[in-house]
Amino acid sequence: MVETAERKRSIEVEVLAVLLVALVILRDRISGVIGGERLQTWTTVFVSVLVQAVPFLVFGVLLSAVIAVFVPRSFWAKALPRHPALAVPAASVAGVVLPGCECGAVPIAGSLIRRGVTPAAALAFLLAAPAINPIVLTATAVAFPDDPEMVLARGLASLAVAMVMGWLWLRLGRTEWIKLPHRPDLDGASKGRAFWSACRHDVVHAGGFLVVGAAAAATINVIVPEAWLQTLAAQPVLSVLALAVLAVLLSICSEADAFVAASLSQFSLTSRLVFLVVGPMVDLKLISMQAGVFGRRFTARFAPATFVLAIVAATGAGLVLL
Amino acid sequence: MNRQAQAVVLFLFGGAILKASLSDLYLRYVKEGLRPFLIAAGAALVLAAIMTLWYEYRAAPSAGASSADEHDHGHAHHEPRVGWLLILPVLGLLLVAPPALGSFTAGQSGTVQVSGSSDYPPLPAADPAPIGLLDYASRAIYDEGRSLAGRRLQLIGFVNTSPEGVQLARIVVSCCAADGRPIKVGLTGGPVIDVPSGTWVQVTGKYTAQRGKDTVNQADIAYLEVEQWQPATPPKQQYE
Repeated sequence: MVETAERKRSIEVEVLAVLLVALVILRDRISGVIGGERLQTWTTVFVSVLVQAVPFLVFGVLLSAVIAVFVPRSFWAKALPRHPALAVPAASVAGVVLPGCECGAVPIAGSLIRRGVTPAAALAFLLAAPAINPIVLTATAVAFPDDPEMVLARGLASLAVAMVMGWLWLRLGRTEWIKLPHRPDLDGASKGRAFWSACRHDVVHAGGFLVVGAAAAATINVIVPEAWLQTLAAQPVLSVLALAVLAVLLSICSEADAFVAASLSQFSLTSRLVFLVVGPMVDLKLISMQAGVFGRRFTARFAPATFVLAIVAATGAGLVLL
Repeated sequence: MNRQAQAVVLFLFGGAILKASLSDLYLRYVKEGLRPFLIAAGAALVLAAIMTLWYEYRAAPSAGASSADEHDHGHAHHEPRVGWLLILPVLGLLLVAPPALGSFTAGQSGTVQVSGSSDYPPLPAADPAPIGLLDYASRAIYDEGRSLAGRRLQLIGFVNTSPEGVQLARIVVSCCAADGRPIKVGLTGGPVIDVPSGTWVQVTGKYTAQRGKDTVNQADIAYLEVEQWQPATPPKQQYE
């Protein structure tokens, strides 16, 4: 068992090394292939989305690891009000202090439930934390320098969705839908080890999904003709639905999605707000992570309900505030 | 994806970010203000890679190694295989290093809709006076060229051959290259500009009241009456 794990490990690093050497040798050929103007522009946009997102991703992961490792988890259970209906808004607002992206919030919400926090509060936290924390709101402000009300609208709409989903769970949710897997955690490990382990995992995981999102965003940026986007963007209802679906498909980390939304400049501010509210709460990578942590029966109900509610709340906030 | 492979990928990713932000490469993709944060983030990534390897190798010879491996194995399906994709931006930055956006974007997208300002400060005293494309377009369209009258002006940008004729263009970036859009200024009169699209040129000329419409998004385009032009080296910061 141990031996096969050891062998598998060494092979992975060797394959990586061979691959890199081959790429360096073939460097000129690769550059030749990427010579076309369209492909070159794709590469520029792809790299730039990533470069822009990296500081936000890294600082989010570092801070989230600090909180996950150095703040005892029992603290959350003590800090929340005992009554479930009151714990929901408290947990939503507590999301403000978790400056991670959604990939970090899923395991934390799982461990909150394990530590005896009412599921409704943990779920409200799960939805609120990635959307209304300071790093995400700062990123939104940086991405929309001319529309500061975007930050307010994003925060309020996301908070509303998180709280309503929490209360909805108190009303309709059943505990047996949630099936937490038995998972050893790093409680026994030293703080330093747990900290760097959390950092490594979160950067690699979230970064990997960010690459997918950047590639999709670059493809849309280069392939889809502006005229076509303009017809879609010109229809208010269609543009809201289109960007809601796009947010689910792109699965961009909440720390970076504001920059992608800013680049979708043909679309109305309201439809881009829908993109920003839906994205951190429902997307492909979250659906798969939630299915892994909470079970499929839970996710099959939770994700569609959140999706619909997020569209409604964001559209409402957009109509009032933007 | 095991931890060692993750550490190598993290190291390469952080290294690529560091290399791009310590040289001028990053200016092709993001604004200058992000530089210190990029350097810090790159350093943090490299440190995370080193610490991961440190804990891996320190744990390896002791009895804790087998339990750590089983621990790994126990939730192997949670190990992020998607992390391999981080190789792509490393290749993009280190091997390909794509150029700043240019004529392709200028041809595909409509010109930036310039906004007016209530106050246009006087141009620099130099003759010809250097002026940015956005500034020129705004003064030309919203101030009817009052603050430009009687002055020789110097603009730098790349050539964009469009259905409306030869234009001088630059890409305007508010955050990163993903939101880059062109600002276009039509060129009229003067010697024929016979260099291909995308060539950087320095143009000297005067304000003209001529106006055009961008065929892509029907936005107004200001024109410049060219006196002379010459090829130029692209500025360090290519975006406006």
